[in-house]
Amino acid sequence: MNLKSKDMLGLKDVSAEEIEYILDTAKAMKYVVLSNNKKTPHLQGKSIITLFYENSTRTRLSFELASKYMSASAANISASASSVSKGETLIDTGRTIDRMGTDVIIIRHPQSGAPHLLARNVKASVINAGDGMNEHPTQALLDMFTMREKKGTLKGLKVAILGDIYHSRVARSNIWGLTKMGAEVSLAGPATLMPPDIELTGAKVFNTIHEALIDADVVMALRLQLERQKKALFPTVREYSRFFGLDDNRLQLANKDALIMHPGPINRGVELTSTVAGDENSVIEEQVTNGVAIRMALLYLLTRRNSNEAAN
Amino acid sequence: MKLLIKNGHIVDVKTGRDGISDLLAVDGKIAEIAKGLDEEGCEVIDAKGKHVLPGLVDAHCHLRDPGFEYKEDIESGTRSAAMGGFTSVACMPNTNPVADSEAVIKYIINKAKQEGCVNVYPIGAISKGQKGEELAEIGELKFAGAVAISDDGKPVRSPSLMKKALQYASMFDITVISHCEDLDLAEEGVMNEGYMSTILGLKGIPAAAEETMVARELILSEYTDVPIHIAHVSTALSVELIRNAKKRGVKVTCETCPHYFSLTENACEGYNTNAKVNPPLRTADDVKAIIAGLADDTIDIIATDHAPHHRDEKLVEFSLAANGLVGFETALPLALMHLVKPGIISISKLVEKMSLNPAKLLSISKGTLEVGSAADITIADLNDEYTVDVSKFQSKSKNSPFDGMKLCGSVWGTIVNGRVIVSDGIML
Repeated sequence: MNLKSKDMLGLKDVSAEEIEYILDTAKAMKYVVLSNNKKTPHLQGKSIITLFYENSTRTRLSFELASKYMSASAANISASASSVSKGETLIDTGRTIDRMGTDVIIIRHPQSGAPHLLARNVKASVINAGDGMNEHPTQALLDMFTMREKKGTLKGLKVAILGDIYHSRVARSNIWGLTKMGAEVSLAGPATLMPPDIELTGAKVFNTIHEALIDADVVMALRLQLERQKKALFPTVREYSRFFGLDDNRLQLANKDALIMHPGPINRGVELTSTVAGDENSVIEEQVTNGVAIRMALLYLLTRRNSNEAAN
Repeated sequence: MKLLIKNGHIVDVKTGRDGISDLLAVDGKIAEIAKGLDEEGCEVIDAKGKHVLPGLVDAHCHLRDPGFEYKEDIESGTRSAAMGGFTSVACMPNTNPVADSEAVIKYIINKAKQEGCVNVYPIGAISKGQKGEELAEIGELKFAGAVAISDDGKPVRSPSLMKKALQYASMFDITVISHCEDLDLAEEGVMNEGYMSTILGLKGIPAAAEETMVARELILSEYTDVPIHIAHVSTALSVELIRNAKKRGVKVTCETCPHYFSLTENACEGYNTNAKVNPPLRTADDVKAIIAGLADDTIDIIATDHAPHHRDEKLVEFSLAANGLVGFETALPLALMHLVKPGIISISKLVEKMSLNPAKLLSISKGTLEVGSAADITIADLNDEYTVDVSKFQSKSKNSPFDGMKLCGSVWGTIVNGRVIVSDGIML
């Protein structure tokens, strides 16, 4: 099987079969991540660039290690350190990178749709590592990988996503991916942080965290961007955590072996308490390991697809 | 100089004419309309099978001159207008410098006389620098030749200033045009708020951002008893508010643009920056309501809001792209295809909304084929099917969401003051 597109821009445009295929491939990659000899030849001779217009620690490192574990040449550009600060357009920057013989460009950008613009203008594969409020497909893939690994299947799984859905690209990618894979997604968060008409995606929207939590198999708390308070989207962090924070009591409403997930970095005591984060069912740290495996799988599948296409 | 247009179907609302006839123009004025006029000594156009209309008048466009000539200038903008069948256009004041002074208004009028191929009527600013703080010299603007005042693109935020603008403008009997957008509600929105903005991860501009301002303007107009014109109406509730106000006797007129009755927010899919416009493209229900508003005359005018932008301003991230689309060269075909063909409005109603009513709004003696009036004439072919190709546009800018679309109905000819500018769809 080959992935349909040269790029991974979002899960909105990816089929259930493709998602399944990426998750299956990542399973093998995880052995590499956990082994003593983290070097495979899958990306030998391939050049991978991370182009980040926003700060990131884990996503960027995860991609870089994924590239290096598979023997790629990897380099990174961050917006502040490049000609971007001199006012170069995204297309110009992209074409410059493209012409250096790059096989994959991994981009994070504050504007939704920036990876799509880049992808239309370069030969290289483009992987979206988070664009504005739109999508963060590799995060959702690693989330789904983690859920599938722990629960056996995604079909019929009840997943509660809590918090600032409006600004969350993680939520959007998970909604697309999980609904395609047959899971049920419940959303809860302040009404001012709920995107309009989001229920048309198939996700259920609840006014209280309690309703969303009932019988949940997976509970995913999203990071609250504290600066949103200044825009009057919620009154105080205190009130937010009182009504939407995940604590031991509320967790009782979910299934007793419900997984606790968070894309990180956590605001402890805001979206979830430290005891919840450290709960025996918390898989927050495993998500990080799985992230490397997912990114290895994706880099491998995209570069292999492009080699196959070239051979044909 | 004599020009004879033969065998065309002449439609003129003011004189009630609607039938096949010949039209003779002498020295730039309409001299006679009758059957079987003598061809001798005339330049002859055979308009058989075509419609001969009063030259279209655009009450709302951006010619970008002075200041943004890399997007458009008066020469290219008026050529583009002529290709679209417009013989008179009113250009908005958001130039650089802003058209808030006699000097800029005169510059536009003089440059149009030298380089323009259609009539150009500048619209002055409501406030100095369109900053919404102090009134511009509205009296001087009027005497310099401004046909209306508007802070288009930059809504007048203060209700108090808007009230004063209406009161002050009424002294000079100059039309006030309001771009209705509550910037606090619109926040950093870049497209219509709804399912499409949610799934594209783009910030939405709620319909309410337009509607609350429309409601404000209606109330201010009623309170001051001064007429107001609402620019580019795009939502169902705006139409309803205006319909209701008209019933109450409020002196309100309004316009919409072809893109608000022919496109929905879905045009933004794939982050298509050519579909980024302000007000944003709305939903299918809004489109229905706009069409209903045109049908029952709640909406008086179809304007283009022709807004040229350089390709570099559109070949960027959606949120960073400029708002607006070029509209001259697709306006009449879109109106014919979406309104006249399906029988929603008649061709004479269309003439009213694209020629007579805008002329009345701007108090200019246009919009009719009455004998003695200027020979500004548009010849339309209602059955011509063609595909839009932006590379053939006369405008300097090519930012049209209609590129590649099949349209039915086209501009065959444009005549300004008796001079043939466009013939057989070609710029002479």
